[in-house]
Amino acid sequence: MPEDTDAKRPTVTPMRVVIGLCLLAPFVAMLWVSSYARVDPTFIGIPFFYWYQMLWVLISTALTMTAYKLWQRDQRARKGGASA
Amino acid sequence: MKDGVNGVALAVFIFFFAAVTVMGFLAARWRRAENEATLDEWGLGGRSFGTWVTWFLLGGDLYTAYTFVAVPAAIYAAGAAGFFAVPYTILVYPLVFTFLPRLWSVSHKHGYVTTSDFVRGRFGSKGLSLAVAVTGILATMPYIALQLVGIQAVLDVMGVGGGETTHWFVKDLPLLIAFAVLAAYTYSSGLRAPALIAFVKDGLIYLVIAVAIIYIPIKLGGFDEIFAKAGEAFAQKNEAAGKPVAGLAPGAAGQWGYATLALGSALALFMYPHSITATLSSRSRDVIRRNTTILPLYSLMLGLLALLGFMAIAAGIKVDNGQLAIPQLFETMFPDWFAGVAFAAIGIGALVPAAIMSIAAANLFTRNIYKDFLRPGATPAQETRVSKLVSLLVKVGALAFVLTMDKTVAINFQLLGGIWILQTMPALVGGLFTRWFHRWALIAGWAVGMVYGTVAAYGVASPTQKHFGGSSKEIPGLGEIGYIGLTAFVLNVLVVVVLTFVLNALKAPAGVDETSPADYTADAGDPGVQAELPPATVGAPGGR
Repeated sequence: MPEDTDAKRPTVTPMRVVIGLCLLAPFVAMLWVSSYARVDPTFIGIPFFYWYQMLWVLISTALTMTAYKLWQRDQRARKGGASA
Repeated sequence: MKDGVNGVALAVFIFFFAAVTVMGFLAARWRRAENEATLDEWGLGGRSFGTWVTWFLLGGDLYTAYTFVAVPAAIYAAGAAGFFAVPYTILVYPLVFTFLPRLWSVSHKHGYVTTSDFVRGRFGSKGLSLAVAVTGILATMPYIALQLVGIQAVLDVMGVGGGETTHWFVKDLPLLIAFAVLAAYTYSSGLRAPALIAFVKDGLIYLVIAVAIIYIPIKLGGFDEIFAKAGEAFAQKNEAAGKPVAGLAPGAAGQWGYATLALGSALALFMYPHSITATLSSRSRDVIRRNTTILPLYSLMLGLLALLGFMAIAAGIKVDNGQLAIPQLFETMFPDWFAGVAFAAIGIGALVPAAIMSIAAANLFTRNIYKDFLRPGATPAQETRVSKLVSLLVKVGALAFVLTMDKTVAINFQLLGGIWILQTMPALVGGLFTRWFHRWALIAGWAVGMVYGTVAAYGVASPTQKHFGGSSKEIPGLGEIGYIGLTAFVLNVLVVVVLTFVLNALKAPAGVDETSPADYTADAGDPGVQAELPPATVGAPGGR
């Protein structure tokens, strides 16, 4: 599935590549299960497997938020300064 | 569990239940519009919800009572494998960010109420639209039934509902009352009722989780102690079974299953009609994107909730029915009054999604079966009347399902529903980005995915069931165990792509596309798109 949602003007700009990467990163991290399927190191007694994925909730939120901000900027630039 | 009624907990539960009932009926007056007799008003709350209402509505809608009961129950039974719900909900939001704003735009421009409306408009195919609508209704019905299972679990633990010997009518009476109330206010207030009640539901849930995640570990001696005990319990379980069935981290054999379940479920979630209904009720395109940055708060909550499954093991909770593990944990650990609050959270947690699901299923029936096939000239007022009635029927059907059949039947169907609904993705999401797919190829792909998924799921046995014992199976050609829904989806896409090449080469008629590229990026306030649709546009499908 294309990460870039604006099919109207398919110019690939660096900003849009960053947006795409922000949205793609959680897939790589979460689907690569063998990278986190272990118990150690634990955090306050919680095995790695659990706190690492919970941490990714926060990381992916930050990434989506970045993508959202960049997207807004991108849209504003395209509309020539009109409010997004 | 069966040692009499927990009076204090029950009183608190009834108090909250009565409060949301009043709210449900008053909701009809909330942001009331001039023209109530349209599906945009009853079924989509006037398409007027802003960021916060949408956040509560979607959160209340997606994280259902069944989720609260089933996710920790899965952890309680199998450990790590049940935690896939967390990566699943992490992956949902980047997907939503990518495709839902386009669906919002095109739906607003053309007055689409359901996904099938869009598919029909995009591909000019009533057959494809019918396939999507029927899949949506089939997948939603057992989901509603499972909300009842969630309420039943809570009532059971509170001691209401009686034992096996109680007369069936007395036993089911609380559930009947809860459902009659739900049906009545959904009928009168439409989507506004669950939107308002979702505030209470989510507030209670967050409160309960926050307290549970601090209070229970303190009582149990900290997370070290909890996981040590859970590890021991799983080790004993594996020894008894003679093979690894549970653990604190997934073994190498379980990793494909874990990843494919997370990905497949993430892809499926926003194919469900109730997710789409909640999304289309938002005020603007931006509301959806902004929501993808705040909805993960629910994923965090879900992760914490999942950990309760380990706490139930550590607290020595022993239940035959895993669904009762968490309610039982609450009753054992909390003072009675707070157990009542926790039970109310789960109970009300069932009402919100059940209401939205029945509205979504009713909209599908009305728009894509009644109006497309039975009565093409239906007016907006007639549509709304039919939708209201069908929302009642859907709920009665779900109730009959739960009361007459074994609970496992509802669970089996819900499992199938997840596999089925994923098969509508090529038409819906594919259609949002490209017109290249051929409508007949999409129907063929859908059919292949449905048949493969159903047959494969039928063939999965578990220690307790001969069929539908789980949702994972060996992926043909790979040799790994993976989620059946995702395998079916891959097959589906392959068929769609190959047949599209063939059909295009044969110059098969492609159907009329009533949308234009600009429709997919239109926002509220743009020319031709109004913040609220005029009633005249609503009645005419694709009216411009």
